[in-house]
Amino acid sequence: MSSPAVSDAVQFHTIVTTVENKPGVLARVAGLFARRGFNIESLAVAPTADERFSRITFTVDVASAPLDQVVKQLDKLINVVEISELSPTESVERELMLVTVAVDSGERRHELLELIDDFRAYVLDADQSQMMLSLAARPNRLDEFEERLRAFGIVQLQRTGRVALRLLGL
Amino acid sequence: MDMNGGQALVKTLECEGADVVFGLPGGAILPVYDPIIESPIRHILVRHEQGAGHMAEGYAHATGRPGVMMITSGPGATNAVTALCDAYMDSVPVVCITGQVPYAAIGTDAFQECDTTGITLSVTKHNFLVTEAQDIPRIVHEAFHIATTGRPGPVLVDIPKDIVDPRNPRSAMTWYEPTDDLMELPGYRPATVGDPELVQAAAELICAAERPVIYAGGGILKARAAAELIALAELIDVPVVTTLMARGCFPDSHELCLGMPGMHGNYTAVTAMQSSDLLIALGARFDDRVTGRLDGFAPDAKVIHVDIDAAELGKVRTPDVAIRGDCKLVIGDLVEAVRACGGRGTQADRQQWRSQISGWQERYPLVYEQSEPGELLKPQYVLEVLRDSTPEDTIVTSGVGQHQMWASQYWRFDHPYTWINSGGLGTMGFSVPAAIGAKVGMPDRMVWAVDGDGCFQMTAQELVTASTERIPIKVALFNNAYLGMVRQWQEMFYEERYSEVYLSHEVPDYVKWAEAMGCVAMRVEAPEEVAPAIAKANEIDDRPVVLEFRSAAEENVYPMVPAGQSNSDIVVDPSQR
Repeated sequence: MSSPAVSDAVQFHTIVTTVENKPGVLARVAGLFARRGFNIESLAVAPTADERFSRITFTVDVASAPLDQVVKQLDKLINVVEISELSPTESVERELMLVTVAVDSGERRHELLELIDDFRAYVLDADQSQMMLSLAARPNRLDEFEERLRAFGIVQLQRTGRVALRLLGL
Repeated sequence: MDMNGGQALVKTLECEGADVVFGLPGGAILPVYDPIIESPIRHILVRHEQGAGHMAEGYAHATGRPGVMMITSGPGATNAVTALCDAYMDSVPVVCITGQVPYAAIGTDAFQECDTTGITLSVTKHNFLVTEAQDIPRIVHEAFHIATTGRPGPVLVDIPKDIVDPRNPRSAMTWYEPTDDLMELPGYRPATVGDPELVQAAAELICAAERPVIYAGGGILKARAAAELIALAELIDVPVVTTLMARGCFPDSHELCLGMPGMHGNYTAVTAMQSSDLLIALGARFDDRVTGRLDGFAPDAKVIHVDIDAAELGKVRTPDVAIRGDCKLVIGDLVEAVRACGGRGTQADRQQWRSQISGWQERYPLVYEQSEPGELLKPQYVLEVLRDSTPEDTIVTSGVGQHQMWASQYWRFDHPYTWINSGGLGTMGFSVPAAIGAKVGMPDRMVWAVDGDGCFQMTAQELVTASTERIPIKVALFNNAYLGMVRQWQEMFYEERYSEVYLSHEVPDYVKWAEAMGCVAMRVEAPEEVAPAIAKANEIDDRPVVLEFRSAAEENVYPMVPAGQSNSDIVVDPSQR
């Protein structure tokens, strides 16, 4: 596997929290970011293998000093069980994109299928004039794919926000 | 044993040792007020829910036990928000039980419904919405546990009406004893013991320091570490400043005590911190009112910071040694570590530092000029007389503003838990209800509420509570006809352009008002009347007393570090310039 590249000029931090799977917990966690004036760049929430807990993965764009403060404040939340920061070099990150693209000619369709093949995306649905695709990959790979698709005309696009796990042996 | 949720709630409060509940009933909490009739718990019926909150805080400050309040949904809960935020800012253990509309009605904009847990999210240490009657003992126990352990704070438990209403089948539950092993708090791990290596590093910094100062904060009182602090200060022979939240944690009469630092701290406390080469911050949080302009604060000092809350370490000032732990335990460990380094004999030479400090103390004591005949009273004078005519262990509460600063400056706090004020939030109107709560918790102690006229008008109705419940607090009301601290800022920083700060000496008539609320009330206008009036007030022990001191409006609090300026630019009294 190639080493994950930093996808953007701004410094993103990925924070992974294990929280109790209870109503209102996401609001507590997200509210803490809001009160400190941090914009959450990406957010993914789902139960873990143990259904008593959920994992929330955030990506935030912040300087490191206030981030340390936010991590400590998050740790104070009673429902937050565990918290860690994952750097791109010590973790794998994945994100899912669903996208509908306009294809107005056979030639365009052919070009798109090549692109799909290059990126190892999937075709989920298609009709005379549009194709719906999915791609699960590193976030910067999704950025590239999205950029390439602009030439065709993006009709609808939805990304999930990234999830991350620490690499084995770290 | 089969019970309903309301009975279980009251029984759980009893199990938690709650002897007093401050509250006000209403629709959603009604079912819980029925079993209260049979309970040994004393319920104090307040006149406004904010009052219940400050009473619970006063009770907690004075006794060290959590204050308990119980109020209804909607406006009951929103009225309590100020008090909850106050308790949050000052780390006061309070458990607040709120009624809520029936579970099925939540989210329907029902009568007196509000999103209580949402509203109080950022002003509580934690909050719960209980959905099943069976969970009540466990969750209420968790609330008390969270409120009183680690860094203390307010915890709110929101209880839908249906799970406490015996007429609703959802209220049925089987009683069980609420115990620690039933708690479900996997993410809550309060710190206790400090890292021994860091304690050792701190001890080495202490021994090498030539101009050290102990910066004692409210955490000393929360950790009940006053005795440990004295042991440490005496062992290392280092002067101690006590912040507004820490007054009384180290005796003012002690030769090492420098008193209060900060915006209205005394010259020596402020300047000793500024000039120090080591700040030993214990349970303090480097509040902006203490540090002044941050980049000019104690520029040459290394910092040892001990706090139970990891988020305080490095939040404002980057420490050289940061120890997360309970102050009582960590200070005990520090004493041991300093002793192991050889104790007092191995400390750096601090003779020059000591003489520098005593020089400041001689040159810049707190001063005021006594009033001329015919002039209004000087609040500082009144506070000195009050201090000297009351028992040493008198509990003093305060509102927020000039009177608060003078009370902190001029009182002599020689015992912990004798000073109760609103430090972090700065809540006007705190004094009277906090005094009521303190007196309920410590009925054998004399309790004086020092208050200003602006503050008094915000929560005075709780004197009705004090009268009817026979809670004989005493109020020293400084009537200078102004929002005094705001007036002082307008004088100093807004070119004497006074905007919306005048309140009037005459309206309301405080004596009539206090009498109407069932208090004994006296107006005091001349210096020679002060001591006799206080003596008379001290003799009254069956009802509240209000002494209205007609005070000089133009009196300013000095010293002062203007907001946003460095502590080195401290402005002393005009007579000392």
